[in-house]
Amino acid sequence: MAYLIATIIKIVVILLVFSALAGLGTYFERKVLAFMQRRLGPMYVGPYGLLQIAADGIKLFTKEDIIPANVVRPIFKIAPVITAATAFMAAAAIPFLPSFTIAGYEVKPIVADVNIGLLYIFGVMGVGLYGPLLGGMASANKWSLISAARSAAVFISYEVVTGLSILAPVMMVGSLSLVDFNNWQSEHGWIVWYQPVAFILFWIAAFAETGRTPFHLVANDHEIIDGFGTEYSGMRWGLFFIGEYANMFFISFVIPLVFLGGFGEGTFIDGLLFLGKMSFFFFFFLWTRAAWPDVRPDQLMWLCWKVLMPLAVINVVITGIVMM
Amino acid sequence: MSNTEMFRDRNISEDYFLLDIEEYPTTPWDKFKRVVKRSLKGELFVGLWVVLREMIKFDIHTIQYPQEKLPIGPRYRAVHEMKRLWESGTERCIGCGLCEKICISNCIRMETRYDENQRKEVSEYSINLGRCIFCGYCAEVCPELAITHGGEYENASEQREHFILYEDMLTPIDDVLNKKQKEFQGFGAITPHEDERLKKTPLAY
Repeated sequence: MAYLIATIIKIVVILLVFSALAGLGTYFERKVLAFMQRRLGPMYVGPYGLLQIAADGIKLFTKEDIIPANVVRPIFKIAPVITAATAFMAAAAIPFLPSFTIAGYEVKPIVADVNIGLLYIFGVMGVGLYGPLLGGMASANKWSLISAARSAAVFISYEVVTGLSILAPVMMVGSLSLVDFNNWQSEHGWIVWYQPVAFILFWIAAFAETGRTPFHLVANDHEIIDGFGTEYSGMRWGLFFIGEYANMFFISFVIPLVFLGGFGEGTFIDGLLFLGKMSFFFFFFLWTRAAWPDVRPDQLMWLCWKVLMPLAVINVVITGIVMM
Repeated sequence: MSNTEMFRDRNISEDYFLLDIEEYPTTPWDKFKRVVKRSLKGELFVGLWVVLREMIKFDIHTIQYPQEKLPIGPRYRAVHEMKRLWESGTERCIGCGLCEKICISNCIRMETRYDENQRKEVSEYSINLGRCIFCGYCAEVCPELAITHGGEYENASEQREHFILYEDMLTPIDDVLNKKQKEFQGFGAITPHEDERLKKTPLAY
């Protein structure tokens, strides 16, 4: 019973915190991009534009929910929910902080420490593909359809790179649970020193999985308007947005957990360091958006199948040979 | 370097040079080599460093417009002003109608009549700023420096009729008497050494 209550509380806290963080993420993104381009970013609503999040939220919630003619209504309606829901479902197997004690009760900030954690996370994130895919295909809009096709191609291709690159660390640790990863690393040292190639490959694939700038082809504003989001308005579009930013946050948690030692021994300092690592990876998503251009879709596929996947396979083979 | 040579040389700077562009790779192996070269050359990190440097320097160029405004030049052609004579404060406009005639967007309209001293007086004068293209011809043609351009560029209004009020353009009488009226430096203004170039009108022809 206590377990059930604790789990429900954790789920509610994660939902609330990451919905809010998704909003805050847009604020950070606008500010960081602005500073890198010598602008100020949002300044008018609240001190330093902090209440801009609230203004955007009110706008999204109160806007009319337009369902255009010719769309496939049930699919069009359900698609944003898939994106947001899968993004949050993936959070279930991520330990966000080291375990701590409140009033004599030990809290483990992970909803379900299943022993297939990584597999579950990437499986659910892979299901997230259906959000853009179905949304774009149901939209009765050519740009959305192109975007849907692109998102299917990009997600499926980079799932391969993600899976193969994570395979080598999984072989070393011998478990799929992120808690086990963390404990293994606090014993043997960070995995990034053993698996630098896997780290880089996974990091690159993370950009494709979240659809961020070097691989921002899914919703490429300047050529296919907003891709699958073109026909959406109000909170349905907002759900796509929350899903994207929640995904960015969760991937930013997973990368340090798998490769950079996670929260180590689990002291308070370690927890702060872990949040620091996570912030760096989130910041890097924004940083690259300011610095790098997008690649073409064919270049993206070329990079995936002819460069990253062979590298990942070679990495797995070499890891296997060394482990024997 | 002769006087005009700098104008004939259209290169903006001496440092300009033609780029030495490499041959475009044709074989897949060459393409692969180019990708490897570009990936390992660290160009991506140069881009990252440039934007991070700008962020750290925090050299923000934004003007937060309604709170901050850039200064505009004295010759800026914004909403017209009607000037008064410095000494008496009477309106400079003599009702000659040149501005009405030259206005290419037909936005100036004036009516004149004789006053009690049989002097020409402007009874109605309006500039439809909704039509005006701010070309400056009216200021240039005005023989009395009466109509000029001013620096007031924030002219949003709820009604088009608000754009034609003569009273808003006319310098307030108090400003002239307190010597606060500013002469326009742009079109139609007197050039700085006008006094030295003053000549008698040649009437001998």
